[in-house]
Amino acid sequence: MALLVIFYGLALITVASALITAFSRNIVHSAFALFGALAGVAGIYALLAADFLFIIQIFIYIGGILVVTIFAVMLTQGIAEVNVSNRAVGVLPALITVALAGAVMLYAIVRTSWYRAKPGPVAPTTYGIGNAFLGPYVLPFEIASIVLLAALIGAIVISRQEVRD
Amino acid sequence: MAAGLTLNHFLVLSLILFLLGSYCVLSRRNAIGILLGIELILNAANINYIAFSFYGSGGMKYDGQVFAIFVIMLAAAEAVIGLAIILAIYQNLRTIDVSATETLSG
Amino acid sequence: MDNPQPVEFVRWIVLLPLIGAAINFLFGATIQKSFGRRAVSIVGCGAVIASFVLGLRAFFQMLAAPPDHRFMLDDLWRWFDIGGLKLDVAFWLDPLSIVMVLIVIGVGGSIHIYSTGYMHEDPSYWRFFAWLNLFTFAMLTLVLGDNLWLMFVGWEGVGLCSFALIGFWYSEHNNTSAGNKAFIYNRVGDWAFVVALYSLFAALGAVGHPTLVIREVAHYTPMLVGRPGYAGMSVITFVTLMMFLGATGKSAQIPLFVWLPDAMAGPTPVSALIHAATMVTAGVYMVARLNFLFSLAPATMLVVAAVGAITALFAATIGVTQNDIKRVLAYSTISQLGYMFVGVGVGAYAAGIFHLMTHAFFKACLFLGAGSVIHAMGGEQDMRNMGGLRHKLPITFWTFMAATLAICGIPPFAGFMSKDEIIWDAFEHGHPWIWLVLWLGAGITAFYMFRQVYLTFFGEFRGTHEQEHHLHESPVSMSSVLTVLGVLSLAGGAVMLPKFIAHFAPLEDFLDPVFDSPQTLAMAAHGTQRGLEGYFAVLSLALVAAGWLFADLTYRSSKLSAERMSEFAAGLPYRLSFGKYYVDEAYDVAVVRPYMMATRAAAWFDLHIIDGLVNLAAVITVFGSWLSGLFDNYVVDGLVNLAANSTLAAGGRLRRLQTGSINGYLYGLLAAVMVILLLQAVLRT
Repeated sequence: MALLVIFYGLALITVASALITAFSRNIVHSAFALFGALAGVAGIYALLAADFLFIIQIFIYIGGILVVTIFAVMLTQGIAEVNVSNRAVGVLPALITVALAGAVMLYAIVRTSWYRAKPGPVAPTTYGIGNAFLGPYVLPFEIASIVLLAALIGAIVISRQEVRD
Repeated sequence: MAAGLTLNHFLVLSLILFLLGSYCVLSRRNAIGILLGIELILNAANINYIAFSFYGSGGMKYDGQVFAIFVIMLAAAEAVIGLAIILAIYQNLRTIDVSATETLSG
Repeated sequence: MDNPQPVEFVRWIVLLPLIGAAINFLFGATIQKSFGRRAVSIVGCGAVIASFVLGLRAFFQMLAAPPDHRFMLDDLWRWFDIGGLKLDVAFWLDPLSIVMVLIVIGVGGSIHIYSTGYMHEDPSYWRFFAWLNLFTFAMLTLVLGDNLWLMFVGWEGVGLCSFALIGFWYSEHNNTSAGNKAFIYNRVGDWAFVVALYSLFAALGAVGHPTLVIREVAHYTPMLVGRPGYAGMSVITFVTLMMFLGATGKSAQIPLFVWLPDAMAGPTPVSALIHAATMVTAGVYMVARLNFLFSLAPATMLVVAAVGAITALFAATIGVTQNDIKRVLAYSTISQLGYMFVGVGVGAYAAGIFHLMTHAFFKACLFLGAGSVIHAMGGEQDMRNMGGLRHKLPITFWTFMAATLAICGIPPFAGFMSKDEIIWDAFEHGHPWIWLVLWLGAGITAFYMFRQVYLTFFGEFRGTHEQEHHLHESPVSMSSVLTVLGVLSLAGGAVMLPKFIAHFAPLEDFLDPVFDSPQTLAMAAHGTQRGLEGYFAVLSLALVAAGWLFADLTYRSSKLSAERMSEFAAGLPYRLSFGKYYVDEAYDVAVVRPYMMATRAAAWFDLHIIDGLVNLAAVITVFGSWLSGLFDNYVVDGLVNLAANSTLAAGGRLRRLQTGSINGYLYGLLAAVMVILLLQAVLRT
């Protein structure tokens, strides 16, 4: 009972922030609203007994990606023009498409009988995830590292050329 | 654990996030706005992973969570690159309106 | 006949002239250029003289043997061995063939010698001797062949050589036409001969003895009696009639005689050898050779005798008006051949062969004498331009005279014996009408022969002055031969005297073993009115004397006018005689013209229809290729262009997807994902 309440609370935060992100005309408002959405999602993780992921979400997603996005927003807007160009274009087609897609997927969710396993004891997940990374998932882990390296280098290369001009 | 808190709740939540993220992607002209939409979509997917991981294995298995971590890693990489590109476009075109990039059109 | 003596030298009698011909054909031009004409003559005459020596040897060898063992066989090799037919190349020597051989090589050899003088100026001297030798070879093959097929090879060979020698001076169109005419008429006869051979072989095969070897055919002939042949005749009658038809072609009887007068276009030695002494006698020889077959077909025998008699009279009447010295002799030859056929046709085979022999002597002498006259006159052949030549050409004159007396049948010259024998046998064997015809013919013969003598050798010279200065006696090579032949014309009759004078006939006795089949003996054993023969001889002489008198009055003493006589009965007899009874013209209209029309029709057919078809094929092909080109241009290229154009069009449409709008691309992504999900949903349910 309590969990349901917590769930609905967190869901409310998340969805509200997401709505602001989607429908706001101001890009800065959208970017900051994303913070709320991400935080809500982190809470959902915690609700689902994914403690490690809860921390990761806050550190990486909010602390890393969101910050970089806000940097980009700041750098590209110019301080003076805060209200610029976040007009939504082609609202109607997008709404229709989204509604349709949503209808379909809702139908899929509701009509499928999902497999439910017996719930087990709640335990910290860090140990298990660590083992998984160096066990069965070591190859994807390494490759993901390389991808991050490539992204790092790529970002530097792209931005550095502009500066040189 | 929770009476009434079923998997479907989480799936519907993630669906809502996904739809909102899609709307953002489809209808925005600001490049960064599109990226925000993409982040929402990725988060929706993550919720799905974790929810299935929890309800599908009763919290015994961590594969879903491992996948979610991968998604976060890649989201980071992609966000960085995307923002670098946006910065580059801004340097050149002085705007981040995607309709300005339609020069490569048929 | 069944146990011939095997010999090995007889083949050289035949082959030596062949070798001489080969040498002269292959190397004659070079020999003539390097060593002169003498070398060519040595090769040519030498071959024939050597052959004559061998022939004499065979003759004496034969005489040494008893009468029923006078047969020699020289077997060279197996020629055919097909089915039931087994033929060898082999030479068969018996009394009949040795007589022919001696005549052919003897008279032929002397004509070879004569030619060394007559043809001396001719640049193709070597070619002449080559053909003469080849002719001798072919004639000997004909005479000596032991089977009918080998005889036919010789038969055709003499036809070929005759053609080549008639047209020897081939640059003149007349000569080559004459050669063609001779060959073509001969060929008609050859066709008949071949039909006869096939029928004979088929008939013999039907009774179980398929053979063409002459002595074997003689054996089995009685088995063919009464067997059916073709065209409603018995097979023996059919075969013998066909063979006689072949003989009329080769021996110039009615209906195939028209080539002989034109054949006078050849050099005179050719006329003497081929058209007097040898080739034209091949028909008579063939009938005598196959006497066992002919004696079984009385119908054919009657045809043979009748045709011979009619031809004899017919040709004699034409000879009366001719002005060319050689033409008179040509018609005379046709006439005398008729006498020979009468001889064998009534069953008097020996008499026919006897006349063949004496005719060879005096006819060759006459022709060679004519050649001597032509040589002296520088090529002139028209008797109207001659006259009084007996003073300038004495040897020629006396030999010519001897031969003329022989041909007229005046004793003791040779012709009297042989001609008289035939005329008497015709009557004795039951053919009085034939006797009458021959009797009349003898009278006419006397007339035209003496006409010729008087026109040529008596009276005033009627030629030009240049010709008169040119007149001279012939060289030794020619005159010696004339002398020999003249003597033979006088003395040659001694081998078979008429029965009413004496019983001395060594020739007949010699030939008996050849004519000893039962049917032949039956034909010969007719009537015994020997006593009447003497009276008949006197009758003949009387008519001959009348003929001579007529000629003497008209042409020597000019008491009668030749012009007035030619106008007798509105000149019709004269015109018929002079125009040769228009036989040539009749043949032209009846045979030659339709044939040429058929040729033209065939040519038209070939040109228009066959070529038309070919052209049509070409047109169709071109049309087909035009269609194909059309197809290629519009359909194939159209397809290719369609592919290209549709690609361009599709590209043009699809290009619009590249909007450059990121939102659009994302729409696409989302749409695709939705579609996949839908598909999954649909497929799962």
